[in-house]
Amino acid sequence: MIHQRRVAIWLLVLGALHGIVICAGFFAPYNPVEQDRKNPYLPPMRPHIVDTSGHLHLRPFVYPFHLRPGSFDQYMEDTSQPRPLKFLVAGGRYRLLGFLTARLHLFGAGNQRIYLLGTDAFGRDQLSRILFGGQVSLLAGLLGAGFTLLIGWCIGAAAGYYGGWRDDLLMRLAELFLALPWLYLLFAIRAFLPLTVNPLQAFFLIVAVIAAVGWARPARLVRGIVLSAKERDFVRAARGFGATDFYLLRHHILPETSSVLLTQAAILIPQYVLAEMTLSFLGLGVPEPVPSWGNLLSNLQQYSVLVSYWWMYLPALIMVPFFLGYLGLASALQERAETYKIERSLGSLA
Amino acid sequence: MMRYLLRRLAHAFLLVVSVSILAFLFTTLAPGNYFDEIRLNPQIAPETMVALRAQYQLDRPLPIRYASWLNSVLHGEMGYSFAYNTPVVPLLLVRAKNTLLLTITATLIAWAIALPLGVWSADRLGRLPDRVISWSTATLLVIPDLALALGLLVLTVRTGWFPTGGMASVDFESLSSLNKIRDLVLHMTLPVAALVLSALPPLVRHVRAAVADVLHAPFLLAAEGHGIPRRTLLFRYALPAAAHPLVSLFGFSIGALLSGSLLIEVVMSWPGLGPFLLEAILARDIYVVIGGVLFSTIFLSAGNFLADLLLYWVDPRIRTESTSR
Repeated sequence: MIHQRRVAIWLLVLGALHGIVICAGFFAPYNPVEQDRKNPYLPPMRPHIVDTSGHLHLRPFVYPFHLRPGSFDQYMEDTSQPRPLKFLVAGGRYRLLGFLTARLHLFGAGNQRIYLLGTDAFGRDQLSRILFGGQVSLLAGLLGAGFTLLIGWCIGAAAGYYGGWRDDLLMRLAELFLALPWLYLLFAIRAFLPLTVNPLQAFFLIVAVIAAVGWARPARLVRGIVLSAKERDFVRAARGFGATDFYLLRHHILPETSSVLLTQAAILIPQYVLAEMTLSFLGLGVPEPVPSWGNLLSNLQQYSVLVSYWWMYLPALIMVPFFLGYLGLASALQERAETYKIERSLGSLA
Repeated sequence: MMRYLLRRLAHAFLLVVSVSILAFLFTTLAPGNYFDEIRLNPQIAPETMVALRAQYQLDRPLPIRYASWLNSVLHGEMGYSFAYNTPVVPLLLVRAKNTLLLTITATLIAWAIALPLGVWSADRLGRLPDRVISWSTATLLVIPDLALALGLLVLTVRTGWFPTGGMASVDFESLSSLNKIRDLVLHMTLPVAALVLSALPPLVRHVRAAVADVLHAPFLLAAEGHGIPRRTLLFRYALPAAAHPLVSLFGFSIGALLSGSLLIEVVMSWPGLGPFLLEAILARDIYVVIGGVLFSTIFLSAGNFLADLLLYWVDPRIRTESTSR
């Protein structure tokens, strides 16, 4: 019971985190590709509630940046013109979930612009890019994990259910994929696919590549479960009544593997998000101007950016709460599975 | 003994061969090749293109390409690089040396830290040291490799504690041999630190779990009853008994570190296989990519073979099994 509650809590945390990213249009003040060429590499504007003369304001405000006189890349806060933050304001048009058109944003500053996490080389809002980048990276992770589990389940179930030479062949192949260092494998598969493609194609390419790398572990786990499940009495009974292979796999064996599939999903998704980040970081993934957590980091490969603009590093940290959530969920699921196993073996003894 | 080792060697050999076949199968899926870029150049005649394709045998069917590639492996070449127009092996060897230096150092350091930490944690299960160690490994676990490497890089660039980028200072050639070693160690510190930190959490957790499993075994109670000191008990009695899963993990950890080093080399511009392979992928230099993947497979097999040797040495059950046959 307590494990049930832990699973629920972690799911809630993850749901909230993903909700923010899904509704990026609402939480982000601007369109992620909208440029403000006059303000490249603007530092984050800190929200204040106390102004320079010591007065307390109920409504938070930010100070705009102006170029330091005589310099072309040094900014200084202009304390004479505070920009109040307005909440739930109408702003640029965006689409929620891909079809709902809306203009409402969580916050904004009317006609003026505010950059709570600074801007990048083209003056694009870093906060908006991080939020929208999450849509690409997380979707790649989720889809990749989904495909991996699908492939892994089919191969594992086929190997375990039919046995014999098919089992041998498939499991040798799985060992091969397990043995290789995953990033080399990812590189190798990516190397043989086209390089210059549009962002959408690139996205699906990445998902396919990532999914193709990781199927071996779930396949092995599923095979083990199927091997024991197909000898259980109720499965034999069903077979005796003339159930087809497909019926048995679908109705009696798939449910047995669900707990392993769930745990594997919780382990795989963050790994795959990281894989997408790695590929995009190296310039092998989703290309500009579409933001993803990986390509947001890729200009850190330039020494000057790394040294001068610390806020360009922020996308690297955004993954931490998501990792934490998935790690917590995975361990909660694992513990729940353990207790189920113990309860079941106690039940069979009684 | 010989039999066990030979079987392991054959296994490793088969792995390398099947990886090479798989890699070649993948090349047929590849749309386009290195010469597509050249074809766009109007100054190159179509006849030259045909000749180039023939020279690199891109116009031949797959089995023939594979056979001639195998032939070239026997000559120690592993095919020709399109971009460098030289055999692949010498090109890769230069970089692989640097990658191995990084990976082997990181593996040794990671295990040297993980073993005592894990054993200590298992000894004080649920008490303060264990909790501190568990929390810190959990923290490290949720920080992605990429964030860790970039973070370390930002930190060192800002503080200037260690040199960043490359593996030698500009005046490396003029240094005395002692200073050369010092220079290399300084340059290695950052990438090795990033690798060790990213590899450490799972290792510590596995060591802890494995040792905690055997800690309540009757033979350890008996040993404790004989008044054997705690440290001897943990490291001479409990650790060998828990070693079996750990030795297998050793093989896996090499794979993880090879992958990790690929990324960290690019981030920290270490002249290893990572940046070289990336460049080869971007130029569609397929034989270099295949060679790089095969090199990593060979390192990994060597690591696993080492793990098997270790296992033979650590676990008497394997020894008796192979002699009784």
